[in-house]
Formats: sequence, structure tokens, C-alpha cells
Amino acid sequence: MSGFPILSLMLAVPAIAAVACLFIGDKMARFVALGATLATFVLGCVMWAQFDIGGAQWQFTERADLFGRFQYALGIDGMALMLIMLSVFLMPLCILASWDAIKQRVGLYMAMFLVMETIMIGVFCAQDLLLFYIFFEAGLIPMYFIIGIWGGANRIYAAFKFFLYTLLGSVLMLIAIIAMIAEAGTTDIPTLLNYDFPVQMQTWLWLAFFASLAVKMPMWPVHTWLPDAHVQAPTAGSMILAGVLLKLGAYGFIRFMMPMFPDASAQLMWIVFGLSMIAVVYTSLVALAQSDMKKLIAYSSVAHMAIVTAGLFAFNQQGIEGALIIMLSHGVVSAALFFCVGVIYDRLHTREIDRYGGLAVNMPAYALFFMLFTMASIGLPGTSGFVGEFLSLAGIYEASSWVAFVCTTGIILGAAYMLYLYRRVVFGELTKDDVKAMPDLTAREWTIMAPLAAVALWMGVYPESFLAPMRGDVTTVVARLAPAKPAGDAHLAAGKPKPAAAHGETAHGSSHAGGVQ
Amino acid sequence: MTADLMLIWPELILTIGGLITLMLGTFFGDRNVGLYQLSSLLTLAAAAAAVVALFGIETTVFSGTLSVDSFGGFAKLLIYAASFVCIVIAPRFFNGGMRAEYPTLILFAALGMGIMASSRDLMTLYVGLELNSLAAYVLASFMRTDERSTEAGLKYFVLGALASGMLLYGISLLYGFTGTTDFAGIAKVLGGELNIGLIFGIVFVLAGLGFKISAVPFHMWTPDVYEGAPTPVTTFFATAPKVAAMALMTRVVIDAMGPAVGAWQQIIIFLSLASIILGAVGAIGQKNIKRLLAYSSINNVGFMLVGLAAGTQQGVEGVLTYLLVYMLTTLGAFLVVLQLRDADGNQVESIPALAGLSQRRPGLAAAMAVFLFSLAGIPPLFGFWPKYLVFEAAVNANLVPLAVAGIVASVIGAFYYIAIIKTMYFDDKSDTEFPKGGGAIVEDAVITASALWLSVIGYLFIPVLAVLSASAAAVLF
Repeated sequence: MSGFPILSLMLAVPAIAAVACLFIGDKMARFVALGATLATFVLGCVMWAQFDIGGAQWQFTERADLFGRFQYALGIDGMALMLIMLSVFLMPLCILASWDAIKQRVGLYMAMFLVMETIMIGVFCAQDLLLFYIFFEAGLIPMYFIIGIWGGANRIYAAFKFFLYTLLGSVLMLIAIIAMIAEAGTTDIPTLLNYDFPVQMQTWLWLAFFASLAVKMPMWPVHTWLPDAHVQAPTAGSMILAGVLLKLGAYGFIRFMMPMFPDASAQLMWIVFGLSMIAVVYTSLVALAQSDMKKLIAYSSVAHMAIVTAGLFAFNQQGIEGALIIMLSHGVVSAALFFCVGVIYDRLHTREIDRYGGLAVNMPAYALFFMLFTMASIGLPGTSGFVGEFLSLAGIYEASSWVAFVCTTGIILGAAYMLYLYRRVVFGELTKDDVKAMPDLTAREWTIMAPLAAVALWMGVYPESFLAPMRGDVTTVVARLAPAKPAGDAHLAAGKPKPAAAHGETAHGSSHAGGVQ
Repeated sequence: MTADLMLIWPELILTIGGLITLMLGTFFGDRNVGLYQLSSLLTLAAAAAAVVALFGIETTVFSGTLSVDSFGGFAKLLIYAASFVCIVIAPRFFNGGMRAEYPTLILFAALGMGIMASSRDLMTLYVGLELNSLAAYVLASFMRTDERSTEAGLKYFVLGALASGMLLYGISLLYGFTGTTDFAGIAKVLGGELNIGLIFGIVFVLAGLGFKISAVPFHMWTPDVYEGAPTPVTTFFATAPKVAAMALMTRVVIDAMGPAVGAWQQIIIFLSLASIILGAVGAIGQKNIKRLLAYSSINNVGFMLVGLAAGTQQGVEGVLTYLLVYMLTTLGAFLVVLQLRDADGNQVESIPALAGLSQRRPGLAAAMAVFLFSLAGIPPLFGFWPKYLVFEAAVNANLVPLAVAGIVASVIGAFYYIAIIKTMYFDDKSDTEFPKGGGAIVEDAVITASALWLSVIGYLFIPVLAVLSASAAAVLF
């Protein structure tokens, strides 16, 4: 591992570009933003290439005692690496997606997105609890501006709701963080990960973190800010919100709540399972009834995130790995779906599903991509959605067959609302004149769709590329949770595992452990 | 005696400088703004230099009635800095109506505040407080032909006199039941059994001081006075006297009442929560930016009291850091308000008129957004850090319910801050034009510097701040 501070550089490039965007003209701002995000993406790729799978848990660590009470400490493990990659991959696409759609105050817009990128990278690579909190909370400010300035008609309500809702959750987490620092005497995350908090205290800390992360996630019943925020946000805002910001909650679950409070996690897992089950069924049904495309996808996000939470709290290798893959897959696919909505919204300026129909005739390329992402969202084998959902549901089944049963209905309902959406928008008669006049994808839109589609397929066909860096970290978390883990009700009796691929072994090994306990 | 005088150089310099400034004004006329402004600024700079020179000396003077220590020094530096800025910004605001009394009164107020911050006897406490208050009453009504300004002065005077009365009543009770006016002596008696007289004394003293820091329920005067007083004076009220009164309150609570934790802590907790909540709720409907900042100051005082309620050294460190950051933020915010002038050069104070400010004056709007997010305590802006410190102190002092209630109420506060940002950034341009220009370079420099410092740069100063506030707070323990 070279001593080159690549993480600091990744934080600095978008931050500096953001300042620059404020002072140069609109035209230049677009190019600067695109250049900076692409540069950050290249840096991310270099980092991925350099990442030593199976090496030290924390890599690319940097540490500087700048702030006295807490430190400027950065470092990533496999999970953080993947989520950073997701962020830096989506960012240039978001900039491209708003290339023509944003006409007013472009400099400020680009600056906000670049600040957002810095913050997202910072959240995932912070190794100091306070530094993490600062990044975590800071994300509110640029998103507030993005929704409030460039959003739809009801943008102000949505911006306020987003800001206050998530702030209210976060502040409770701050109190918990203060208590943790007082108890453990350090702000260093790797140390805290192995610190055993008293069980009684864990419960309170867990609840405080849960209050914050459940809102970010968002889990039912505190998800109501999400549809509003998505509907009102500009396309790229929705892409980044669904693509990365929703992952902050799940990241907090697996980074903090589960390894730091294993006993409380085990005690209170029924809350997570209960809320997840309700969310999967309820929000899927709500999605089915939507007439606004963005709202539909927003509710589907809540349902997908519920499978993530259930998968994480299965406390076993498949469940957690599956949840992580859903996070990545949903990051790509939901961003793509929001972009699909954005494409036709730019042409017709409405998100009403009924205003469309028959797009397959005059926009075949668009219909193809939309189909692919719809299938990926449903979880068709061969697409990214399948891998994650299958793995996590298998993991959940081990923990509780009932939860698995209820969550699986989400897949069926997911297929129902997505296919219904697809049918109404893309198939049917092409009767409306203004819809007839809509041209197919432009070169710019192709450039955005193609990489998203490629990644969705790559993740579906060869998920090992994404799973490999995370596997070791998941094993660490599972080991940390093992003493507290309750017995599952599935009583799986594992057959004799053949000494096959490494992945098969670990999966069977942990399922065996789950069955025996 | 002479030895004592050598230790109160800052006070001596301010007294002499104040008199010289007054004389200059009298002999050379009010037109010579530069002259008396310069003399007052030099006085403040010299006084600040004297404070720095005396840093590290921990002793008492004049038979233990006044202390010379780094706690007082810390507070005085903040007070002098705020006074300095308030003198610098005045001439342009008064636009020819500037008189030599303005810097003179500020100098005397600063003198009184310095005494407040370093008093360790009920008598010096009262002398300092009244010296500051009397100057402040006059300053509030400085634009004597302006109806709102005179109203503000009168209101401030009547309510201030009432508060002084309560304070004096409390002082007399404390003196009567302890037999001394010395903080250390009072603490000794309070360490024993408390009788009803002592408790009444504590309550009345805290009520009187609560008025000065404008904590709820003694806050009624604040919005009216802030709105009515000339903006540079409001800037002054929102910064320097807050620092002085908060320092005084800290000293009284920790030094004089320290042992009677049970008696004062619940009062402070009540003042704190009431201020946070009422400061936040009251601000929501405001249409005048100065009134709104008044409620914001009430709200922020509530957070400072969270640190004080902890009653620990960590808590006092938090209060001191909070004061510094709050002062810089408030100075910045009021300087922005000062720059808000329409095409005819009139001050604009109405919040709806700020609509679309970000498109007319992007720099100014950005600075204001930084100040407001910072006042709301949203990271990464530096306003987060002092809030973190006071809450940390409260949690470590086993006041978790207070911390939780306070931090949840802070979300209500965030609402009105982001509502102004909404007005400036999301709304369409209002009819009011905000032409550039005329602003002194100093104002722009102060705004830019404090906005930059309050964005992420401030975090780099945490080690320095920690050392300073720790050495200041250690004096009280």
C-alpha cells in the first residue's frame, strides 16, 4: 500500500471544483463539474485496482491530528470501497443527466452536486465517529438546496420536510455518539467496533442510532419524506438521493449498529424484522396504486430497502452479503429508473403515467433500456437485482422463515407494480399526439444509459467482482454478532458440503452454524 | 493599592480613553468622526493588549472584590473585539448623524462589562452591571428622533431597572443570610444547610442575571429592543453584553453558588430549555430580520445554559467556546443586515423583501446562509462544534434528558433558519433591489473572514480554542 493520500485527494477534487463552479460561468461550470467527477471516478477505479482483497481490514488509511478532540482519520474497508465506487460512478452520470435540464443558476447547481460528492465519499471513508457524523449531517445542506431551488412545483414543502425530518433523526444519534465517546474514551471507529458497551447502554444507543438511520433508510413508518423529496427533486437529485443517500442508513446499520451493539441488535431485531415486513408489503401495495412515476419508484425504493434491513439483521453471511448487493444494485437500478423517468419528463414535462403509452413504437432504444432496468428492479436472474434478493432472502430464511415468507411477497408485488408501470408507459397504443412527437434517446442519454445497463448486467452475471472485496468484512461482522445471535427457526440441515469454490464453503459453513444453534 | 492598579490596566485604559474620546468630541465637534473614532479604537486595542499582557496572572485585587484571571481575560477579549467592530461599522449607518457619545458610551459599556466578567463580589458585580446597563439604555435610544429607537430605549430602561431591582433584592437577601458579599464567602455558607432566605436570594439573583442574558422568561424586552435600536447598537447588544452577562452568570453560579448545586441547577435547566424552545417557536412568525435574530440570540443563550447547567469544567469550557463562536456568527449576521440597503439607501429589515437575494447579491446571501446554518448548528459549519461541546458536557454530567430535550428542540430552531435561507435562495426575486457598493472594506472583510472561519476552517482552530477555554475555565474550579 503506497502512502499516497488517495482518499484525501478524492475529497479534495470535487470540493475544489465546487468552489470553482461558483465563480465561473454556467457553460464552464458544466465542464468543470463533469471533469472533476470523472477525475474522481478515475481515482476511485485506481483505488479499487489497488485494493488488496483479503488484506488488512482497513486500507488506504490516513490520519492527521488536525482537530484536537477528534481526528482527521480516513480509511476504507471493502464495504466502504464499494459504496464509494457507487457514488463516484453515479456522479458523472448525474452531471450529464442535468446537462440540458438545468438552465438556471448552473454554477450553484454544479457546486452543490460536487459538495454532495465530497460529503458522500467522506461519510464512507471517515474513521472517526465525529468526522463521520459531520459528513453524515452535512449532506442535508446541499440536498436542501438541490430540492429547494431546482425542484418541482411543491419543492419548498419537500425541501423542508426532507431537512427537518432527517435532522430530527440525526440529533438523537449525536447524543448517542456523545455517550459512546464518553464511555469508550475514543472516537476511533476501528477501536469502537471492538469495544463492548454494557448491554443496558447498548439498548439505548441502539435505539438512538435506529431513530436516525431508520429515517435515512427510510423505513416504514418514517419513510414519508422520501416520496415527497423524490417527486419534487430534479432528475439528477432523485438519482443521487436514491442511488447513494438511501444507502447511508443501511451503511450505518452495518458499520455501527450491528458490530458496535451486537447484544441490542439481537434483542431488538424483532423491531427491524417487523417494520421491514410491514414495509415490504405495505409500500409495495402503495406503489401499485401510484399514478406518478417518480412516486412509484420512490415507494419501490422503500420496499427494497426493507429487504436490505431484513437481510442485514439475518446475522449471517448470505443475508448480509445479499443486503449489500441489493444496496449496490438498487443504487444503480433506481438511479437508472429515475433517469428513465427524467428522459420522458424532459420531453413531455409530466410524470403522470396515464399521459404516456406506446413508447415502444417511437422510442425503441428507450423502451429497451427501461425494460432492462425494470427487470433488474424486479430481480430477474441475470440482472443485479436477482443476486441480491436471492442471497438476502436465503439468509433471512435461515433466521426466520416467516420473515422470509413475507419479504418474498415483496418480489411478487415488485414484479406487479413494475410490470404494470412498464405496460402503461411503454406498451399499448400510441394514440396521443404529443407522445408521438417524442424523439428517441439522444447521444447524451445513451452515454448515461449504457454504463448503467452494463453495470446492472455485470453485477447480475458476475457478482463476485463486487462480493469479493466485501466478503472479509461481512465475515468480521458475522463473527462479531455470533455470540449474540439467536437461533433461527428454519433448522436447516446442511448436507455434506463438497470442497468446491471458496464462496460455497463459507456460505454453507455459516448456514450450518445457523442450523445447529 | 498601587500594586492593585497595575493589575487593572485594561480598565484604566478604557476609563482614560473614554474620557479622552468624549473630550475630543466636545472640542473638535461631532463632525470629526475620524478623530474620535480613532481614539476609541486605539483605546480598545490598547486595552486588549493590556489583557493579553496580563494573561496568566491569577490573583485578586482591591481586597478580593475583583479578580484578574484568564477567565475574565478571555471574556474581555471577546467584549473588546465586539465593541471594536461595533464602533467601526457605526459612521456609515448613522450617515452624518454620528456623535462622539456613541464610541464613548461603547467604551464605558465595555468598561462595565469588563468589571462584570471579572467581579468576584456582589458589589463589583452590581457596579459593573449598572455601568454597562446605563450606557446601553442611552445607546438603545441613540437615534433620538426615531420613534422606534426611543421606544426601545425606554422599554429597555424600564424593564432593565425592574431586573436590577430584582437582582438587588436577591443580593440583599444573599448578603443578609450569608453576612458577606464575597463570592467565596457566599459559597462557604451555601455549602452548609440552605434556608428559605438563601434560596430566595439565589432565585432573585439568577432572575436578575437571566434578564441580562435574555433567558426566557426574562426575555420580553429583547425582540423590541433589538428591533428598535439602531442596527450597530443591536449588533453590540447581541454580542458584547451577552458575553459579559454570560461570563458573569457563569462566575456567580460556579464560584458563588457552586456548592448549592441542587438549588441553582434546576433553575438553570428551566431557563435553558425554556429559552431554547421559546426562542425557536417565537422566531417562526417573525417578519423582521432583527427581531428574528433577537429570538435566535434567546435560543442560543438556551444552548449556552445547557453547558452551564452541567456545572463542570467541561461545561464552562463549552460555554466559553460557544460565546466565541456565537459572537463571531452574530457579528457576521448583523453586518450582513447592515449591508441590506435598497436603491434609496434605506435599511431593509423585512424578511420577505430578502426574497431572491441570492440572485442579486450572491456573496452576501452565501455569507448569510453560512451564518444561519451555523447558528442552527448544522455541521460542517463551525456552529456545530460549541453545540457539541455543551451537549457533551451535559451528557457527561448525567443530564441526558436535558441534552435530549435541548437537541430535539434545536430542530424547531433549524426550521426558521432554513426558512430565511428558503426566502433568499428558493423564492423569486422581490421588488427590492439591493445595489452593491458603499460598504466599507472593513465590513466586507469581517463578513468574509467570519464566514470562512465558520465554514470548515474553524475546525482547525479547535486545539487552540480548547487550550484557551480550558485555561480560562480552570480558574473557576
